[in-house]
Amino acid sequence: MNSNPDVKLKQNESEKEIAEKPLIDIHGKRKDGRESGDLRKIKIEVGVLHRAEGSCYLEWGGNKVMAAVYGPREAVPRHTQNPLRAIVNARYNMAAFSVDERKRPGPDRRSQEISKVISEALGHVILLERFPRASIDVSIEILDAEAGTRCAGLTAAAVALVDAGIPMKDIPVACAAGKIKDPKQNEIIVLDLGKEEDNFGDADLPVAISPRTGEILLLQMDGHLTQEEFEKALDLAIKGCHTVSELQKKAIIEKYGSMPEAK
Amino acid sequence: MTTETRKIVIPSQLLGDVKNKKAGKGTFVENGKIYSELLGVLNDSPEYIGVTPLKGRYDPVERDFVIGVVEEAMSSSWLVDINAAYPALLHVNEVPWDVEFGETDRYLNQGDSIMAKVLQVDQEKKLQITLKDYNLFKIKGGYILDVEPTKVPRIIGKKGSMIALLKNYTKCRIFVGQNGRVWIDGNEEGIQKVIDTIKVIENEALSYGLTDRVEKLLKKDAKDVQ
Amino acid sequence: MTITPSIKRDYLENLAKQGKRADGRNFDEFRKIEIETGVVLKAEGSARVKIGNTQVLAGIKMDMGDPYMDTPDEGVMMTAAELIPLASPDFEAGPPDKESIELARVVDRGIRESKIVDTKKLCIVPKEKVWMIFIDIHILDYDGNLFDAASLAALAALKTTKIPIEDKRFQEQLSKLMEKFPQVKEYLKEHPKDFPLPLSEAPISCTSVKFNGAVVMDPSLDEEEIAEARLTVAIDNNGDIRAMQKGLNGSFTKEEIKKVIKASTDNGKKIREKLYKSAGK
Repeated sequence: MNSNPDVKLKQNESEKEIAEKPLIDIHGKRKDGRESGDLRKIKIEVGVLHRAEGSCYLEWGGNKVMAAVYGPREAVPRHTQNPLRAIVNARYNMAAFSVDERKRPGPDRRSQEISKVISEALGHVILLERFPRASIDVSIEILDAEAGTRCAGLTAAAVALVDAGIPMKDIPVACAAGKIKDPKQNEIIVLDLGKEEDNFGDADLPVAISPRTGEILLLQMDGHLTQEEFEKALDLAIKGCHTVSELQKKAIIEKYGSMPEAK
Repeated sequence: MTTETRKIVIPSQLLGDVKNKKAGKGTFVENGKIYSELLGVLNDSPEYIGVTPLKGRYDPVERDFVIGVVEEAMSSSWLVDINAAYPALLHVNEVPWDVEFGETDRYLNQGDSIMAKVLQVDQEKKLQITLKDYNLFKIKGGYILDVEPTKVPRIIGKKGSMIALLKNYTKCRIFVGQNGRVWIDGNEEGIQKVIDTIKVIENEALSYGLTDRVEKLLKKDAKDVQ
Repeated sequence: MTITPSIKRDYLENLAKQGKRADGRNFDEFRKIEIETGVVLKAEGSARVKIGNTQVLAGIKMDMGDPYMDTPDEGVMMTAAELIPLASPDFEAGPPDKESIELARVVDRGIRESKIVDTKKLCIVPKEKVWMIFIDIHILDYDGNLFDAASLAALAALKTTKIPIEDKRFQEQLSKLMEKFPQVKEYLKEHPKDFPLPLSEAPISCTSVKFNGAVVMDPSLDEEEIAEARLTVAIDNNGDIRAMQKGLNGSFTKEEIKKVIKASTDNGKKIREKLYKSAGK
């Protein structure tokens, strides 16, 4: 994890300056210096926890996510067991200290909804029929939040599943696109909304795909988009997904691909 | 024929075409193409293409030797943890003792370890194990080490070569369960040596010349002791 | 629940009889300790502590609120711990169970009773407004000895916490407060910028467990699973004892307790040095 005790101080100093800048300027430069199609910085570490069967630590912009997988194991309570296949229990949770104003510990309705859509997305690519009556438990903890936590969470969960040796048809990945206004009131479609863009923008579109087939596994939209804008945003989000997918795969191969040399 | 380099593949990786090869374990077929479903080592043989998993829970197979830990003694059976996705059932009819109804805890209790065999795996993955075989028994003494089930073949070695090395140099009894549990019995030094060596084998499972390196390691320690 | 094979218990007990531990440590030796602070940017203070493979993350959030009725001129401090399912196959999602609650309360008492935080200095307007400190402990990886890892993480996080008085949210609240209570003007003058928590020296907690007559410090997961009794001792920088907690059904002899206190004092010193280094003191 990065230790950056000075970053917050800097933000306070020029907070005023930053507050007055537009989300995106007339040259297409966003507040954090990105172009409309740029992703924030992403770092992925595989197999970082000792007890969990599969795990992944992921940083995406200011997001810090830890995902862990336990299973397949017998589903409990009994009545949740499906005699034909495993069930996916993804649990998305934000740590109390991960947001500006402390969040009360425990699942709120937002977390429960996100847990559900992530479980459904993951369930589509896991070969669930291999494990009747079992559950695959995925724990996603948001330790530091900065817009796009559900995309970061799903992306990390996917890597943790691979790390746990769960058989899958594909490694799912998520990314969001959105819409913000420039100083001339033009609507600009941008990739991977940052915190302020998420708060003050006009639309947010998180998308998860199965990169091999292009199937869309998760799709939510918040805000206002014309049909044309939607298509643009969807294409951009999918493009972002593919870029992130390469990062997932790279991280996994880096962890397991290098063989110890015969001494 | 073994390939020179062990290639690591990941889920969704395209491995081949059904026109040229048969799809083996660890793969799935879609539109005539063979893909990996696992993080694992590629097995590319002239006829089959398959993937051996690098990680994952033990997947029980009938007739496998497994080391189980008793979870619960019920009236005419025991529930046993064999490190699979599900607990296994051991019925009173499948043990070498004459057990009266409700007396199961006189023979096996929570925490007891057993060297058992997988009897049956049904469609719903309900598991049954047995203790009724001359080489199966209730384990007494020694130490049980948990290892990655996927590394078991390496710990046993080709035709048991690796395990024979370990037994020879440490003078310990060693039983390797297919389910990723190893029972070691001997003096403390021997047991510790086996534990340490198995850790090395686990970490370097994919490398070449491992058996020789392990032998060198064991030889070296033996010399030091003398 | 994962069942520990009784063979493991026998093995560990036999080793202990010969003065040995399964991982080769001495009875009074801690595993490798790593402390990293400032790891969560959204939190006012944070720290990640690793003891062996056990990993704990503590985050501090600050807010302004009403004081408790019986301490009208003191700040408020609350500690919560989450044994999240991430950390162990045996942790379940859901409301905090007995274990989380005990963990939170022990860590909280350690901080509160030893008066590490001078809560009197957290008063803005008596009876009206005080600073509130929320300590949230997130267990990430459970491999034995959560008490010490959690306490250490909370301490390290507190040491690097800054009260975010410059934050727009609080500036607004303080302006409003000033309308009714003019003394707030003085308060703002005295604290123009974010400032560190008013802290004094913290005691370091060391936990030991006993099984079959052997007493070992910083128990690994295996050792915790067969433990009959547990003893946590917190020693301050003068070598004085500030807190003690015995747990589980077994017992300790006076001699054993004395030995534990000595070992806790020695280890406490070493851990304290590590803590200073990481908090940039």
